Amino acid sequence: MNINADIASTYLFTNKKLTLVAVMGVLLGMSIYIFMNSMLVGFDRTSSESIFKSTAHIRVYKDDILSKPLHQTEGSTSVIINPKVVPASNTIINPNEVVSLIKKNPDVTIVTPQVSATIFYNVGKTQIAGMAIGVIPSEADMMFNIKSTIVEGDFDKMQGNTNAIAIGSGVAEKLSLKINDNINITSSKGVNRNLKVAAIFKTNNSVIDKSKSYINITTAQQLLQENNTYVTDINVNVRDPEKAAKVAPVLTNLTGYKSEGWKEANESLMAAFRMRKIVITFVSYTILIVAGFGIYNILNMTVSQKINDIAILKAMGFKGHDVIRIFLTQALSIGVMGVVSGMIMAAILVTLLKRVYIGGDIGFFPIDYELSKFIQGAIVGMVITFFAGYLPARKAAQVDPVSIFRK
Amino acid sequence: MNILETKNISKYFHDPVEFQVLKNISFTVGKGEFLSMIGKSGSGKSTLLYILSTMDTEYQGQLMIDGQIVTGQSNDQLAAMRNQKIGFVFQFHYLLPEFSCLKNIMIPALKLGKYSTKEIESKAYDKLKLLGLEDQALKPASKLSGGQQQRVAIARALINDPLMIMCDEPTGNLDSKNTAIVFDIFKELTSQLGQTIIAVTHDDEFAKNSDRIIEMKDGEIV
Ligand SMILES: Nc1ncnc2c1ncn2[C@@H]1O[C@H](COP(=O)(O)OP(=O)(O)OP(=O)(O)O)[C@@H](O)[C@H]1O
Ligand SMILES: [Mg+2]
Repeated sequence: MNINADIASTYLFTNKKLTLVAVMGVLLGMSIYIFMNSMLVGFDRTSSESIFKSTAHIRVYKDDILSKPLHQTEGSTSVIINPKVVPASNTIINPNEVVSLIKKNPDVTIVTPQVSATIFYNVGKTQIAGMAIGVIPSEADMMFNIKSTIVEGDFDKMQGNTNAIAIGSGVAEKLSLKINDNINITSSKGVNRNLKVAAIFKTNNSVIDKSKSYINITTAQQLLQENNTYVTDINVNVRDPEKAAKVAPVLTNLTGYKSEGWKEANESLMAAFRMRKIVITFVSYTILIVAGFGIYNILNMTVSQKINDIAILKAMGFKGHDVIRIFLTQALSIGVMGVVSGMIMAAILVTLLKRVYIGGDIGFFPIDYELSKFIQGAIVGMVITFFAGYLPARKAAQVDPVSIFRK
Repeated sequence: MNILETKNISKYFHDPVEFQVLKNISFTVGKGEFLSMIGKSGSGKSTLLYILSTMDTEYQGQLMIDGQIVTGQSNDQLAAMRNQKIGFVFQFHYLLPEFSCLKNIMIPALKLGKYSTKEIESKAYDKLKLLGLEDQALKPASKLSGGQQQRVAIARALINDPLMIMCDEPTGNLDSKNTAIVFDIFKELTSQLGQTIIAVTHDDEFAKNSDRIIEMKDGEIV
């Protein structure tokens, strides 16, 4: 072993208590950092998962257009203008063309058209207001993973069957409907249809479960008294949901229709997410930095204690960088011990919390072993350790042996 | 052959008041010489010794060691030179208390890295034997008596077979018996191994028996 490392390890092992205190500091900082950041990943994941159950990454639709004044050339007389929404149909013209155009984008994974219709579910004289989403069942399932929420029946039976409907569990309960029962619905255009319940889904979000249903897109078009090219939305999923905001403008340019990323569409929710992220990041870094101060203090103490040793070592030919190495080795050893035990501790905490049942549409506590956060924590921990160790080490290297020998 | 040579070395302290500690010191030390430096307290002996040992670089004039001008060399160069060519003994032993005596002695040699750890260990044992301490080898340095600690410090100064050994009151804390032991060792080193010793001392007996005495007074050699 190199003599510098030898001296460093002797200092570490003869001062077990100090070493232990410093390691404990890093351990706590590290484990809480990893734990909180893993929790953040878990939160974000469940949040976006629950969003993606009913929202596509990108929604392409026809936005309302405001009327524009005629005089727009410079220098022309200004006239009183009163912009209004142009009364145009909100259908996408030639949807099949648009769909195949979008499909050519390499980032896009799924493209599927959708027609939403506000409806009433009728039972005897009572009516329940709700929303029927007209979809191509197989594509909609790929996008929203509908099958994972099915509790009764078979969603596959929806495919190509314009008389089939998949209803939420709340709707089923209120209307006491079972699989293969008939249900009568009325659209806002006054169209009445009898449909057969093919599946019942349960998302654990009671608002959705009590109002939503899936029908075939053609059925929805009929309910709205429109032809089979009537499409209000085209839903698009991309490879990386985080890139949705980048792909959306590309699609806007490509199709000429408004494309909106899921984050844009859920702006207030995203603001809450960002706030959560800021708080957790701030707290976890603060804890790590406090651990860094622990190392800094303890190393400073060691340097003061060992000032005689430093003086004689320098007299005997140890260079400034040798002294730095001695104390930096100590700091980094403390760092490595703290980081490794902190990672183990974080893994234990995650294991414990993973088993806690929360309920609702969340189920178990949304936390998992996030390898990237473990690695990130280790790197940040070591960087902080490095600086916490480097400052006292540099101070030690600058000790003037003569001033010590004179005392 | 001169092992050490100074030309017009002067040094000032600026704090608390401007004060010239050393005034145009010029002298030479030959190889194998046993030199004692005496003088009243405050005459500048330690200050001069720290300059000669290259630890203090803030002075005017020129210092040559082993035929090389060391004035103006970088701290790292000087450190490497000290490691190889100069051994140190102070009034206080400055042993590393957590290390065994043997390890303390080995440290300068491990730093030099010229020999394997095994060879260094056997050399360190030889030095301990020379100072009559072989039975204390594996004790921590903090568990030895003052005289024993001082002898371990001397063994440490010898481990790299330096050209020079610089001592600031090496026997200051020792009784007459231990002083005699240390003196005999120094004598032997100079006469038989050709090593040079420069020792600042307040012990007139010690000085009288050395090869040569330099007396300092108010920053000058008299
Ligand atoms: N860091 C310093 N700043 C200012 N003056 C100093 C400093 N160190 C020493 N001196 C002064 O320099 C002079 C010489 O000091 P030095 O330690 O060399 O004396 P010395 O001959 O070794 O004395 P002693 O025999 O007591 O050890 C003294 O007057 C002392 O007060
Ligand atoms: Mg002195």
